[in-house]
This record gives sequence, C-alpha cells and structure tokens, in this order.
Amino acid sequence: MALAQAKRAATEARLEGLSLPASGAWLAQARGAALARLSEMGLPGRRDEYWRWTDPTTLAAAEAPAAALFDDGGERPAFDKIDRVTLVFVDGVFDAAASDDPAAAEVEITRLAEAGAQDIHWAKDLYGALEARGQAPVARPFAALNTAIATDGVLIRATGKAAKPVSLVYRHASETSDAILHHCVKLEEGAELTLLESGPGAARFSTVLEVEVGDGAAFHHIRTQGRDHERRVAAHLFARLGAESRFKTFTLTANGVLTRNETVVELTGDDSVAHIAGAAMGDGGFHHDDTVFITHDAERCESRQVFKKVLMNGAEGIFQGKILVKPGAQKTDGYQISQSLLLDERSQFLAKPELEIYADDVQCSHGSTSGAIDETALYYLRSRGVPERAAQALLVQAFLAQTIEEIEDEALSEDIRTRLEAWLARRLG
Amino acid sequence: MLEIKNLHVKLEEEDKVILKGVNLTVETGKVHAIMGPNGSGKSTLSYVLSGRDGYEVTDGSAVMDGEELLEMEPEERAAAGLFLAFQYPVEIPGVGNMTFLRTAVNAQRKARGEEEMSAGEFLKFVREKAKALKIDAEMLKRPVNVGFSGGEKKRNEILQMAVLEPKMCILDETDSGLDVDAMKLVADGVNALRSEGRSFLVITHYQRLLDHIVPDVVHIMADGRIVKTGGPELALEVEKNGYADLLAEVM
Repeated sequence: MALAQAKRAATEARLEGLSLPASGAWLAQARGAALARLSEMGLPGRRDEYWRWTDPTTLAAAEAPAAALFDDGGERPAFDKIDRVTLVFVDGVFDAAASDDPAAAEVEITRLAEAGAQDIHWAKDLYGALEARGQAPVARPFAALNTAIATDGVLIRATGKAAKPVSLVYRHASETSDAILHHCVKLEEGAELTLLESGPGAARFSTVLEVEVGDGAAFHHIRTQGRDHERRVAAHLFARLGAESRFKTFTLTANGVLTRNETVVELTGDDSVAHIAGAAMGDGGFHHDDTVFITHDAERCESRQVFKKVLMNGAEGIFQGKILVKPGAQKTDGYQISQSLLLDERSQFLAKPELEIYADDVQCSHGSTSGAIDETALYYLRSRGVPERAAQALLVQAFLAQTIEEIEDEALSEDIRTRLEAWLARRLG
Repeated sequence: MLEIKNLHVKLEEEDKVILKGVNLTVETGKVHAIMGPNGSGKSTLSYVLSGRDGYEVTDGSAVMDGEELLEMEPEERAAAGLFLAFQYPVEIPGVGNMTFLRTAVNAQRKARGEEEMSAGEFLKFVREKAKALKIDAEMLKRPVNVGFSGGEKKRNEILQMAVLEPKMCILDETDSGLDVDAMKLVADGVNALRSEGRSFLVITHYQRLLDHIVPDVVHIMADGRIVKTGGPELALEVEKNGYADLLAEVM
C-alpha cells in the first residue's frame, strides 16, 4: 500500500540530511535494510491505531525539542550500591573515562561503534533481526529508524553466568541532545545476565534493545528512566525466548514529558517464562505509554504483564498490551494487569488490553482498573495516627508493590523501592 | 475523661439527622457500654468521635481531657489518645501489618514529641503483645487484614490498641461475627488493657460481650439519643426483655 502523502513527507523530512553511520559491510547491510523498512511503513501519525493516545510528533520531528537539564537534588544514582560493571553514555556518546573495564563482567562486550569493522558473526544474525520480526503485525517505525541510524550501543554475548550485572548509565548533558543507541544481547544456552539501564539519556532519546535468550538461559533487566521533566524517550525492547528460558524486565519511570516504552516478546521455545513489569509515577506534564506485544508460539509458556501508574496533576498514562497465542501454543498461561491510581480528577489513564487466541487449551486473563485512593483505607490509617500525606504515600507504595515484586534480586528491588519512596516523599511528604 | 454534650450530627450528603443531642460522660478509668437497637446511631457516634468524613456536626461538643476532639484531624485525635476498634476492620493490600503498626506508633510518638522506636526495639515490643492475643509472626507479616478471618481481624484491632496504648478506647461492635471462643480471646485482650488511666466505650448490640467485659455503666441509645443510663443490670434487662419494652417505657 502506498504511503499517504503527508506521512511520506514527514518521513522524508526526518531523514533529510541524515546519513547512515559509516559501518563495515554487515552492519551497513542491516542499516540499509532497516531504512528500507522505514521508508515502506513511514513514521507514525496520530491516525495510526497504536499512536492514537500518544502524539508521535516530537519523536518524529527532524529536530529534537530542547529539554532543560534536571537538578536531582543530590539523589544518589540508581544502582550505586550494586556491584556492577558500569558503561556510561553522555548524550549518547560513550564515555570511556567514566566507565568500568567491560572485561570485569566476564562476558563479551563490544561497542556498536567499533563492531562494524569486525566480523562478529553472532551480532550479524541479531542486529535488526528481532526488530524486523517485531514489525508485524504492528509497525514500530521508530525502532527501524533506530536500527538504521543508531550511532552506538553495546553488543553483549554471554556463554555462562555473568560475573556482575552490566549497567548502562545514560547521562543527559546538553539541552538539545538527540541520542540513538542500539544494543544487542545474546545469551547462549544456559547463560545468565542482569542488564541495568538508568538515566534520561538525552533531551530526546531512542533506544532499541534486542535480546536473544537461548535455551535454559535467564535474562534480568531493570531500568530506571531518569527524572528530567522535559526529556522524551522512545524505548524498544525486542526479545525472543528459547526453551525453558526466563526473561524478566522491570521499568521504573518517574517524570518525563514523553515516554513510549514498547516491549515485544516472542516465546518460541517450550516452557519459557516472560515477565514484563512497569511502575510509573507522573506529576503534571507527564505522558507515559507502555505498549506491549507478547506472542506465544510454543507450549507450556508463561507470560505475565504487570503495569501500574500513579498519576497526579493532569499526568497521562497509556497501556496497550496484547497477548497473541498462536495455533499449537497449548497450555499457555498468559496474565496481564494494568492499573492506575489517579490522585486527582485531572489525571487520566487509557488502557487497551487485547487477547488473540488460536489454541484451545490455554489460560489467559487480563484486567485493567483505574481509581482513586481508597478513602476507607486512608481513614483507617489516619485513625491510627498516620498523617494524611504519609498515609497516602503508604497506600501508593502498596499499590505499586506488585510491580516491584517482579524483581527477583533483593538488592535491586530495594534500590528501586528506595527511589520510589524518595519520589513519594517529595510529592506527598 | 470524655465529655460529649448535646451532640447533633447529620449525614453530609443527605439531609438525614442521625444524632439528636447525645450527652455522655466517660470518667477516666471507667468502662461504659452503649447498647441500642439497629439504626440508633451507635456506630455513627464512634465514627464522628474518630473523625470519619461524611458527617456534619451541627451542634454540640466532644471534649477529651480538655481538648475538643471535633476540631481535630483523625490523626491528631489518635495522637491525643483516642482509639476506635472498627466493626469492619479495613483490608489494606500491599501494606505489611508490621509496617502498618510501626508507622502508626512512630507517627503518634512524633506528634507527641517523643522519640521514634527502632525496628528492632519495636519488633520485640509487638511480639510480646501479639503473643497474648495469639497472633503469630505470620499474621504480623501479612498485609493488613487481607485474608484474615473475622476473629483474626478483631484480634488485630485489639493488638493495635495494645501497641498504641490509647487513653480512650471505643470498641464498635467488636463482638460481631465472633464465635464464643474468639469473643473470649478478644475480651481477655481488652480486660488486660483496663487500667486506672484508660477509659473504654464499648458499643454492642448484644449483652453477651458484657459478660466478658463487665462495664461500670450501661447506656441505652435510641433514635440518636441516650435514653437510659444504669449499671450492668440494665444490660441484663435488655437481654431478658429486648429493647421494645424498655423503649416504650422511656419514650
């Protein structure tokens, strides 16, 4: 189908003046293919079904809208008590001096910017491959754009259990920065890796993370997206799961004028498990969109989506989550819950849960709720002497607790819980 | 001491008057019981005293040890020493019972300018109180009242009372939904807290609770007023003859 004229014009405007980063043969080929995919689908507009509730204009614009730098008031950095290997990107540019020696993680780590010239055979099969698979049935044009023009990122391959978590730290230093990073993670059979991501990244930040989880492998992903109020982010996570593998991802978002987190997971090996969780807290000019697509294409797999948002002073939350159970994916166990807690009447939550099932022996459930703080619980707490704001904060924490329970590692869940409590103390303390 | 004078209360949302001039004085260290038929305003009185939203006080006062309760926020009333054991204890998913108790105790201590208790100190303190009420460690870990049986919920209310050490305790139909054994356990918990400096207002529909928590004074409430006051024998009279005769006599 030919692209609408307006869409073609917008896509051409975005690409005008951009050139594909210089890369070696295999990477140049992957970039070219992504560019072709993008040209075919075009950048999204408000009339696209999955962009009706989130305006893509500022993500698609040729120039990134400026975002003021944020003073976090000396809050300690995310994951700072975790023994990890830190790799720092400032406005999307790798900062070697601020980073640890990648070798300490005891996994293969190569920067994308340096990988093009090398013959990294595993990356050739992964870079852009899961993104391309994830383009149907729902187009994800910003991911294709990312694959085509990403300037850097990391390629990680683990053959055993990583010695330490790999922690990608994204700093925002320029008010007009526009960063595009693309990461690939390949976990060979039985391998295990925890990947941490933290920070706003840039004024406008695009990330794609492609994760191939081999048979019996385990991938844990914990992300905090930075508190800069004016930053914009489009983050994509594509994963493919082998037999008996485990995949767990959790994202904490506090503040940010625009966040679009897309997660696309394919369970292709029997008995695999995927948990996707997110806690978002927004005050005022905050628009947060979780768009999830889970495909069950094997037997006895489990998927679980747990998304909760706390919204106040006109903040907006979006959830679009789909579970697709393909023919033959028997004994599928799919669960999805999306909930919002609206602290005032100006805030808004829109949810679109979808189930599409082509197997007859499956168990799938979904639920979505939106509501205010439970006044009876608030009164009960106050009648025991807890002041109103502290009681509210306690109830908000309780509301979000289910998402944090999805983080297996106790030190990491404690880190997230502390950040959440600090945010609440600032708002409701 | 709690002194309620000429208390008039209506529902905020509708023009329905519930309390029509309640006069009641509970002296320090005494146990008073309020009995009355359904709809007489007993529970409303307990809610209004603890500061629940939805009620409008149109006249009267409720003074506890010289402080006007009706002008205070619910948490201020609690810090001043008022405690309401709920007829229907509220479930709070996601908040651990222990966290709840410690938050409450420390909030009250802070409000009174006292030092907060450390986690270790508090744990020891609560465990002792819990043991007497047959509340095990598992129940302390679970979210507040979630999945608790009726008896467990009521015991949990008494545990909160024991831990918060209030001056004035209001028990709103604490016997409802309890079997005899559970009621005895709850009553024992309450009796253990009876002391010279602590007063109780026990609201109940039936006399049976008063066999276990023996009151000093019994009031009969009907149609938003205290209509008769007497000793424990008044409760027995109600038990024997029901409310109808008694109300016909006084109204």
